[in-house]
Amino acid sequence: MIRTLRIAACMTLTGVFIPSLLSAQLGSYNPRPGPQGVFAITGGHIFPGNGPEIANGTVVITNGKITAVGANVTVPTGAKVIDAKGLSVFPGMMETANGLGLAEITEGVNATVDNIESGRLNPNEQAFFGFDPHSAYVGTTRFTGITSVVSAPEGGLISGQAALMNLAGDTPPEMAVVPRVAMVINLPSGGRGGRGGGGGFGGAAGGANTSSADLDSIKTILRNADAYGRELEAYAKDKTLPRPQHDVVLASLIPAVRGEMPVMIPANSTTEIRAAVAFAEEMKLKPILVGGRDAWKVTDYLKQHDVPVILTSVMAMPAREDDPYDVNYSAPAKLAAAGVRFAIAAGEPNPDIRNLPFVAGMAASFGLSRDDALKSVTLWPAQIFGVGDKLGSIEVGKMADLVVSDGDLLEARTNTKYLFIDGRQVPLDNMNSAMYNMFKDRP
Amino acid sequence: MKQPMILAAIALTAATTLHAQAARESGDPSTEWPSWTAPAPTPGHRATAPILIRNATVMTVTKGTLDNTDLLLDNGKIARIGKGLFAPAGAVTIDGTGKFVTPGIIDVHSHTMMDAVNEGSRSVTSMVRVRDILNNTAPAIYDELAGGTTTIHVLHGSANTIGGQDAVVKLKWGRPVDEMIFPGAMPGIKFALGENVTGKNNSTVIVQGQPQAPRRYPQSRMGQEEVIRDEFTRAIDYKADWDDYNARVSKGEKGLVAPRKDLELEPIKEILEGKRLIHSHSYRADEMLMLLELSDEFHFHVAVLHHGLEGYKIASEMAKHGTGLSTFADMWGYKVEAYDAIPYNAAITTSHGVVTTINSDDDGRARRLNIDAAKLMRWGGMSENDALKTITINGAIQLGVEKKVGSIETGKDADVVVWSGDPLSVYSRVESTIIDGEVFFDREKDIARRDSIATERAALEKEDAQMNPRTGGGGGSRGGNGAVPGNPGAEEIHQ
Repeated sequence: MIRTLRIAACMTLTGVFIPSLLSAQLGSYNPRPGPQGVFAITGGHIFPGNGPEIANGTVVITNGKITAVGANVTVPTGAKVIDAKGLSVFPGMMETANGLGLAEITEGVNATVDNIESGRLNPNEQAFFGFDPHSAYVGTTRFTGITSVVSAPEGGLISGQAALMNLAGDTPPEMAVVPRVAMVINLPSGGRGGRGGGGGFGGAAGGANTSSADLDSIKTILRNADAYGRELEAYAKDKTLPRPQHDVVLASLIPAVRGEMPVMIPANSTTEIRAAVAFAEEMKLKPILVGGRDAWKVTDYLKQHDVPVILTSVMAMPAREDDPYDVNYSAPAKLAAAGVRFAIAAGEPNPDIRNLPFVAGMAASFGLSRDDALKSVTLWPAQIFGVGDKLGSIEVGKMADLVVSDGDLLEARTNTKYLFIDGRQVPLDNMNSAMYNMFKDRP
Repeated sequence: MKQPMILAAIALTAATTLHAQAARESGDPSTEWPSWTAPAPTPGHRATAPILIRNATVMTVTKGTLDNTDLLLDNGKIARIGKGLFAPAGAVTIDGTGKFVTPGIIDVHSHTMMDAVNEGSRSVTSMVRVRDILNNTAPAIYDELAGGTTTIHVLHGSANTIGGQDAVVKLKWGRPVDEMIFPGAMPGIKFALGENVTGKNNSTVIVQGQPQAPRRYPQSRMGQEEVIRDEFTRAIDYKADWDDYNARVSKGEKGLVAPRKDLELEPIKEILEGKRLIHSHSYRADEMLMLLELSDEFHFHVAVLHHGLEGYKIASEMAKHGTGLSTFADMWGYKVEAYDAIPYNAAITTSHGVVTTINSDDDGRARRLNIDAAKLMRWGGMSENDALKTITINGAIQLGVEKKVGSIETGKDADVVVWSGDPLSVYSRVESTIIDGEVFFDREKDIARRDSIATERAALEKEDAQMNPRTGGGGGSRGGNGAVPGNPGAEEIHQ
């Protein structure tokens, strides 16, 4: 807060008027996106993410949706034209294991850390309601071409519900693609690997140190939720039955126990992975494993059970002394070869999840095809979270989350030129660039 | 496995004892506690066959990028650079067609090979030395080699205002520590400023045996200034005592009593004499300026501000003091003092003439500093060569070894990396890493060895079927020793 005041004072004294900086407080420099409308991105090299590249193509966006893609597309009259000649057009990327918007400065500033709740069974906590649209990391994250995130609560046994958010907007309702996209459950000994272990979520670890008694309490509340759901249904059909008492905690679990809402379960070792899959089958849940460090060792098992994995450990140090140096770099290639569904996540704290594209690039330098590397951060995470029809590729009918860059999306040296989220053009300024502009000309 | 370790330990102890004994007999107090300011006794290169890398893109860093060029490494040095070079008898030839060669990467801020980083009991622990506890079996050495890193600057942690004395190391995996120490590198010392010293953002600073004790002095940046001022004030007196004593001895006076040796002030005195470099952990512009102002007042030089996340705010002041910056490419926001950090930092300081490097501060990131360097082209628009400098020659300058490493020039140490493609592309991979003309990492050989490692592991597991299998919680870091290729094995002295 003190830093904030300093910035504001500096602006006032020098008489420079930058509205968004004047209102600055801890984490609030994200310029607002423009309105929806009709846009035509012309002449770019299009990487649709679900099919062949188009060397010289046009994408038309109409009121938030992609309405045309191809080499011979007519630019609608009145469209705002973005000249992408010499540039490349990619689907926006999705980061799927973090606490963006929920936790800002995790070391030493507890007041900014809202991704972990007290208590152990908190299925009714919703990331959607704790998400700060003005977190400074929203602006810096989208700068590298990440257009949406699955932001998840951590801690306890059942941490709460993750939200799938587009990274542009003034309020969570404007940003939410799916406000309640997945339930987060931590199984005994499941969860966060320390250094070298590959993490679960990339943010501040709130890992539960659990026991088998805790497994019982998870199962009990899931069974109670299932029973409660059937009770509600029965009462809806037959009002002569006793009216069930409202229970917000159990109610929040009903979509999960019915397999309508996926459940994110941190799991890294093969033991944890098998335990998580077995647990999900027993409780009839729809699992998404998070972490997945050793998933490459049990590809047959994962394929057989058709369980997807969010890999957060690509950049992690090898966990065992006799692991090859590139064990984690090459894991995505092994999953792809085996046909296991997966997505790559940055595995970094919230400020650094903007490194996601480079993580996918690293996987590509160790055996994953470049095409699959792109899909692992675009289409595949969208499909895993049930929004494959809305996000993850440049297709007619999909939400217009697009990046226009001067080179390969996954290269660190590439520059982002234009960004669209939900069909709105997003300014590329962010807190980092604001500080850059403030100081770059200081003699 | 245990036998050689014990023998090694005995040998080490014996050598140390002999050394100390000799020192006592000679009556020279300065050799009793050996100074590592002298070059290591057994430096450098072991005799190997010459290596000829043919037809590669050679990024010399200081002399441009040369296409379709050959590079001859002989007798531990870069012998020739040119086209159509002749392979001497017995030379190993590497086909560099389509590949890139760069100088070995230099990581100016590392904690690799340290099993513990902070002596956290006091805020000034200038007497402790990284050199004494280097663990040459740390698997991260090999992992970093596999990322093209050849030289690291190993520093104490940042819990103390003055943390201790550093070590510059070549990552010669499998060799004794003495052979890894970089001969002739400038000795340095770690200073630290800001939140890590006050301990306000974590619990790392705990007074031993007193977990409930109040936090240690200093608790503010004001206190940090005072601690450093006090240290230099005393060191100036200490130096004067010794200067006076030495002057009288050289005049031939007899029967003098030497001043008492102070292990805490000795390295500070070396700073005042220009024999030891200050490497200071720092974040905020104000604390960096504080140290620079102190340096003016006490007439010492601050060699490098490490991390220096707000270096961009005082780039001209740093340039004026001739102080270098060793920063992160893009990390920020994890604590308050990192909130104004920007990925444009290195571009701004470089444009002001500050010698700037990108460091890892982390075993994992030390394996991919090439990607961190590439980020500088995006944030701040640095040229490819300037970006590459931040992980090669600039690091050599900051450590005082620029005449030996950091660029590909005839006569320099043969520390080079062969990449599958442009090293600033995420799609490129290290093919081989060479130090002093010896190959310490070779991807093809690494892959070829994997089957035998798997077989060995299976055999070991079968042998001890009663052993409780490690099911792994989140998985810990790699400790102990074993089958990492080339590991000399068995040494757990530090555990």
